[in-house]
Amino acid sequence: MAVFALFAFLAVASAMVVVTHRNPVYSVMSLVVTLISLAVMFVLLGAPFLAALQVLVYTGAILVLFLFVIMLLNIEREAPGGGHKLQKLGAALAALVFAGLLATWFVAAQGAVEPVPLDAEAVALVPLARHLFSTYLLPFEIVGVLLLAAVIAATALARRGGTSVGEDEA
Amino acid sequence: MSFGIVATLGKLAAWLTVLLATAPIMLWVERRGSALIQDRRGPNRVGPLGLFQGLADAVKFLFKEDIVPAGADRPLYLLAPILALVPALTTFVVIPFGPVVEVGGRAVNLIVAGVDTGVLLLLALASLGVYSLVMAGYSSNNKYSLLGAVRASAQMISYELALTLSVVAVLIPVGSFRLDEVVAAQQGTWFGFVPQWNVAPQIVGFIVFLVAAFAETNRLPFDLPEAESELVAGYHTEYSSMKFALFFMGEYMSMATLSALAATLYFGGWHLPGIDYSGPWAWVALKGLTVLVAKIAVFMLFFVWVRWSFPRFRFDQLMRLGWKVLLPLAIFNLVAIAALTVAGVL
Repeated sequence: MAVFALFAFLAVASAMVVVTHRNPVYSVMSLVVTLISLAVMFVLLGAPFLAALQVLVYTGAILVLFLFVIMLLNIEREAPGGGHKLQKLGAALAALVFAGLLATWFVAAQGAVEPVPLDAEAVALVPLARHLFSTYLLPFEIVGVLLLAAVIAATALARRGGTSVGEDEA
Repeated sequence: MSFGIVATLGKLAAWLTVLLATAPIMLWVERRGSALIQDRRGPNRVGPLGLFQGLADAVKFLFKEDIVPAGADRPLYLLAPILALVPALTTFVVIPFGPVVEVGGRAVNLIVAGVDTGVLLLLALASLGVYSLVMAGYSSNNKYSLLGAVRASAQMISYELALTLSVVAVLIPVGSFRLDEVVAAQQGTWFGFVPQWNVAPQIVGFIVFLVAAFAETNRLPFDLPEAESELVAGYHTEYSSMKFALFFMGEYMSMATLSALAATLYFGGWHLPGIDYSGPWAWVALKGLTVLVAKIAVFMLFFVWVRWSFPRFRFDQLMRLGWKVLLPLAIFNLVAIAALTVAGVL
């Protein structure tokens, strides 16, 4: 419980820093903390495989790419006071509505839903792999093709503007 | 304290002793080794054969001026050298250094964290190593540092793929992520004396792993992130005193962990045919640890040998090697191993 409280707090606090900090490098670093905290949640829920994958894929690869792009493009700190007044008002309204929805749902759910312990079989490695490669094989492959298409599209978009870099002596 | 906690602490202590001893010993081995290869004498003044040079260097590091450059991003600048040690000091927990022994009637598996995710956890923790380099380069307010950091992130992402795929190929015939089971699968012998190590069937994967390991630890011929002829010292240009020493220790400990992983995946880990692993637990643990450390030492010597024998790659050559040679080789190896496993050959 203490572990949960600590990492829940860390996850929420670092997520706040991600959206509020003016320096994009700090935002990415906070996102790293958020994702690692979430990985700890997965371990507490009895899904260590998911936790390891989360750290490996998100913090180990995707966020490093984020940082790489930020440093390569030399994105500066965001100037203070940016954004239109109406924009700020809209954002505050949206946040309020979202918080209200969450609170209503939370209150309504109190007592109405029995918490069910996670089925250990469902998140164990072998059953997970078996489901992934039988029941959910088609969606799994479709996601793979989709990601590949996204990569090809991004490459094509990046190459259209500016001079194309030579194929071999890049 | 419960028995489990004491056992875990004991195992941690054994591993940490090995890892923390690595840096000063390797400092001496590297400098004497480079001197041997370049036909020089090397450090030979402090103690017999210059053996206490590491101690002298440690004292020197402590008394050097500790500089934070003007315009540096202070929190990140201070955090980076600490993070350099995190993957180095955590990844070893899933590497076994002995069989299951009996201590006072209770079974103790000689692996700090005997979790089912095993090597996956190691790869996940190791993949965090790049953050320290990137933070150091970004926060130093120095263009050479920044260039080193950009190179480090590109290089480590590229070579992690090949490294992971070659590790996965080892796991397929074993059918488990656990490294103690990988060791258990390698304990037989061919013709009664040739150890059945994975390196024979997995030779392609082993070569890919080894090359990728050099790139992951930023060692020559892949030390582009700190290429001293172009970037002064790359990402740690601005670091001095103990902060620099932490990067230094982190590099050697990462080398030790990757060497331990290579020994465990491809060379039978703590097990050596012909050694009797029975008797009192402390004796068994000592034998397992000694065999593993000996195998690690062989790899470390290889690291040093390669460093002083090969020139540095150009960055485009590094990228081409990673994406166009190692990655296809690793995928080919993975498919071949999977096919052979299904066919029942492995």
